[in-house]
Amino acid sequence: MAAKDKLGKDGEQLAVEYLQAGGMQVLDRNWRCREGEIDVVARDGGTLVIVEVKTRSGHSHGSALEAVDRGKLARLRALAGRWLSEWQGERFDSVRIDVIGLEKVGRTFAIRHERGVI
Amino acid sequence: MAVARTRCVAIVGVSGHVIEVECHISNGLPGLHLIGLLDTALNEARDRVRSAVMNSKYGWPDSRITISLFPASLPKRGSQFDLAIAVSLLGAANVIPIERIAEPFFLGELGLDGRLRPVRGILPAVAAAGDAGATKVVVPAANAEEAALVPGVTVLPVGDLRTLVEWLRGPDHDRVPPPGLFGPSADPDDAPPAAAQNGQATASVPDLARPAPDLRDVAGQPLARKALEVCAAGGHNLWMLGPPGTGKTMLAERLPSLLPPLSLDHALEVTAIHSIAGTLPAGRPLLDRAPFVNPHHTATVAAIVGGGTGVPRPGAVSLAHRGVLFLDEAPEFPMAVLDSLRQPLESGTVTVARASGSVTFPARFMLVMAANPCPCAEASDACQCTPTIRRRYLARLSGPLLDRIDVKVAVARSTRTELLADRRFAEPSAVVAERVLAARERAAKRLAPTPWRVNSELPASALHGEFRPSPAAMKPLTTCLDNGALSARGLDRIVRVAWTLADLAAKDQPEVEETSAALAMWLGVGA
Repeated sequence: MAAKDKLGKDGEQLAVEYLQAGGMQVLDRNWRCREGEIDVVARDGGTLVIVEVKTRSGHSHGSALEAVDRGKLARLRALAGRWLSEWQGERFDSVRIDVIGLEKVGRTFAIRHERGVI
Repeated sequence: MAVARTRCVAIVGVSGHVIEVECHISNGLPGLHLIGLLDTALNEARDRVRSAVMNSKYGWPDSRITISLFPASLPKRGSQFDLAIAVSLLGAANVIPIERIAEPFFLGELGLDGRLRPVRGILPAVAAAGDAGATKVVVPAANAEEAALVPGVTVLPVGDLRTLVEWLRGPDHDRVPPPGLFGPSADPDDAPPAAAQNGQATASVPDLARPAPDLRDVAGQPLARKALEVCAAGGHNLWMLGPPGTGKTMLAERLPSLLPPLSLDHALEVTAIHSIAGTLPAGRPLLDRAPFVNPHHTATVAAIVGGGTGVPRPGAVSLAHRGVLFLDEAPEFPMAVLDSLRQPLESGTVTVARASGSVTFPARFMLVMAANPCPCAEASDACQCTPTIRRRYLARLSGPLLDRIDVKVAVARSTRTELLADRRFAEPSAVVAERVLAARERAAKRLAPTPWRVNSELPASALHGEFRPSPAAMKPLTTCLDNGALSARGLDRIVRVAWTLADLAAKDQPEVEETSAALAMWLGVGA
């Protein structure tokens, strides 16, 4: 596995643990369809949360959160609909999109969680 | 996370409007959101400010940044907001204490490396800041001389963002910031942006840096030289008609050398216009000589009266404010351009209306037109133009426009003997300028209780009231009026010139000699 993919996997694993520690229930990981991929799908009470995880090895190319642009958010929004259309379980009250940014600091990660970015 | 607020100036027409720049840093996905009716150059501020801040070794906030330029309803253009945007951002990010930036004005464009680049319109911008009660205005070092012309405002010239920020963070508030990393005057290519960039390539720029050519060079045209002197003394409009090569252009180019230097008030007006147009010569902050503007005859109406996309910019008539507008080959100009001169000639201002709003520019200039008698412009005996063609050619100069001309002079080709003989009588500009100045002072003294300063400004009511020449002096004019050779408006024009002739002759009143001479000057071409 290439170093950058390993970094991404580690980041996603950390993000999932972080979300679970915050009381959220992870429903799906790396869900794929023709339009793209959702990193993490979670439930936060009655809310469906679509989570994009961005991991960076440092700050030299800008922050991790910065890398999530308008186009990416629009894609996530479309993917949320796709995912819901296949969902058979309990209904949700609302849908939210979160972004988790992870930046490697030494051997550990700095984490930032932005809720409800659209 | 806080809101920081600072101030800047937007230029609309020739006046500055105070703009408040507010910055709010909040939670959310990182991004810079600039709001408040911005043009493209301002939207690019996003990238300039970001690079400048990062290259000045300050961190870029990894948060949602909202910057608002108030009042949002005023269209804003240009790059002079960069510095205020950067400073408000650093204030909101707690790099600079926010109370330090609330009062001063910040003007200037940022380079990617953080240096401060000069901008146009600094003079009116600093003046507006002063009017708004500012005591401190931060300007780019290259604009410092121009900004210093405004009285009552402490100008703080700054070379780069880092020096400014360190000064704002420092304890010593009264100390003037040091010149900065890039030296006191930045580098030579930081000269104020040239006119070629402003999209008005057709409006020629007065070359104010070069000494004016001398009237002594024009030999063989004593009559035209005299006409030029009269126009300079009274601020009259001039029309020269004659075959090519007789010195019409030479004469016109020498008119500024006869005009007295501008008073400080006028010089500031002129400098403000040229500052906005970006035509200020480097190293000469104050334009204290009458400008000479010489647009090519392909000029469009927008180039002459002002215009352009978005907020209108000053045109040739405004660049010639308090100076000379010279239309060489006047009949070659589009008739729409010629007729657009009528409003400024009448009112001394020009109003340009665009969808984004209308703007009034000052435009009090002396009009000098030169024309060939026919389109072929051959030596007179070789010309084969029919009378109809000739008439049609000159008819392009409309009646209402010619009505606003006081002195018309036919410039004839002079013989070799005339040229040689006249060389002894041709006076240098300095000598003529002295007479012009004396005549202008005489007129100003006489007109002191009135709002007018030169004879050309006298309204018809005054010419028939307290400034009516004696009946004896009016005799040649009333005769012409009676036999139809003269219109009532023409009569007024002649009386104005007669007053100027009296001023030049150091007389208290025009006498029959002056009125006859003025009549001859008015009939000049037409007779």
